[in-house]
Amino acid sequence: MSTADVEAVWRIESARIVAALTRFTGDFGLAEDAAQEAVAEALVSWPRAAPADPAGWLMATARRRAIDAIRRRTTLKGKYALMAVDPVVEDEIDPDRIDDDVLALMFTSCHPVLSREAQVALTLRVVGGLSSEEIARAFLVPVPTVQARITRGKKTIAAAGVPFELPAAYERRERLSGVLSVVYVIFTEGSTATSGDRLVRPDLAYEAIRLARTLAALLPDEPEVHGLLALCELTAARFPARLDPDGTPVLLEDQDRRRWDHSAIRRGMDALVKASTRGLGPYGLQAAIAATHASAPSVEETDWDRIVVLYEALGRVAPSPVVELNRAVAVAMASGPAQALAIVDELIALDRLPGSHLLPTVRGELLTRLGRRPEARAELELAARLCANQRERSVLLRKAAALT
Amino acid sequence: MAEEDTMAKYMLIMRGTDESNAAVMAGFEELAPKTYHFIEELTKAGVFVAAEGLDDPGQGVVVDVSGEAPVVTDGPYGETKELFGGYFLLDVASKEEAVEWAKRVPSVAGAKIEVRRVAGDDEMPPGMEGSVEELARSESTGRI
Repeated sequence: MSTADVEAVWRIESARIVAALTRFTGDFGLAEDAAQEAVAEALVSWPRAAPADPAGWLMATARRRAIDAIRRRTTLKGKYALMAVDPVVEDEIDPDRIDDDVLALMFTSCHPVLSREAQVALTLRVVGGLSSEEIARAFLVPVPTVQARITRGKKTIAAAGVPFELPAAYERRERLSGVLSVVYVIFTEGSTATSGDRLVRPDLAYEAIRLARTLAALLPDEPEVHGLLALCELTAARFPARLDPDGTPVLLEDQDRRRWDHSAIRRGMDALVKASTRGLGPYGLQAAIAATHASAPSVEETDWDRIVVLYEALGRVAPSPVVELNRAVAVAMASGPAQALAIVDELIALDRLPGSHLLPTVRGELLTRLGRRPEARAELELAARLCANQRERSVLLRKAAALT
Repeated sequence: MAEEDTMAKYMLIMRGTDESNAAVMAGFEELAPKTYHFIEELTKAGVFVAAEGLDDPGQGVVVDVSGEAPVVTDGPYGETKELFGGYFLLDVASKEEAVEWAKRVPSVAGAKIEVRRVAGDDEMPPGMEGSVEELARSESTGRI
């Protein structure tokens, strides 16, 4: 068995192993350490002698390591009474509880006592089975930073006395939104990195889709889980068309829609249907907007009226100036630039997006379409000054120059 | 999670013999719930895309289009001992992971599973540098 084989088994089994161990020991940090030790041992011993039941081997070894750790601790503290934990060894894994265990693991990893960075690192490590090196590579941070986030995260959870269990029903809805946003943060970081030279990390976007699919399978009655899955699938469906062969980004209006991943679109549409059983939430509404684009043969033939309505709904359930700005653009496409300009001007009057280049960018484009060239040029030049991205800035300046 | 392996689809192609197909039919009652459970496992692991089983190869038809006009014949293709009986389509991180799942497919003696990577541009190509501008622009103009 090669390292890649060990990694493959680990990927499939890690969440269940850590979850089951956490339930046995009641100690999330200890469970995670023991599981990591087991996989380290597997990397050494499997190439020499592959076990007949790799998953069982990992679970048994991790359980032994957990018990060793408990013994060491109790010896250190001189509290032999804790040896009573030993019957754990005889405990068999109850397959009916595994699903709830994995779900509890996700809720624990995304617990609100943790910082967002720690939530993301723990989720990728404990639920996704990624190594510190993989997480560090994905987020372009040093490995020790990731390790510190994970260690601190586990300590925080222990110090806060977070119980390993699914939150009560009344609490779950609220906590679930945190879990969903962690998965979405991972996805957006994968599809548009916030820093570094590699701007897109498909491996990370993929990991998020996988987590979203797992959540959807475990919580089939939560519409927003399907909404998030739909949003991720429909967004990722466009990835193959986002760059032309020499690596230049391709705008949506210029994308070769035949290159979109149509099976991903179909999966996204299916998830969207499941998301719409009780009216769409914020993720479902964004997915519905993405679906409207996905089902249109071109920008011109897109159902912009529907997109306007969806943005209006999104603005009610999750108000934000960016949503409002997006609505303005959709209004421009559906009903012309004059109406859209009124929305943008109101955003400016209320100073809702201070310092952002997005407002003057959109305003400049609307003014261009209205034939108000000198004003449009001033807006685009302002947008260029505010824009931090070199390539985008040069596009804005080119557009401004074309208006003289 | 090597770059070139990300988000690749693999097809697990069920290759049964006449004997193993007969064994599957004989043990169907036992095998069906196991298969259902296996698909559930794949779904919860976030890797399941699709799975289908094919009908009796004897009911199939072969259309030979190699000549000037298509020739239609009844029955299975060729004289092969191993016949394509169905497939699982998985979305996994590596070939090894696809193989690991293949080992877990509920089956019977004599059956084999071929693991093949799905080619095509519906995968995420590696190294899509620069899309940030496109995305930022699409966002700023409401096109995403």
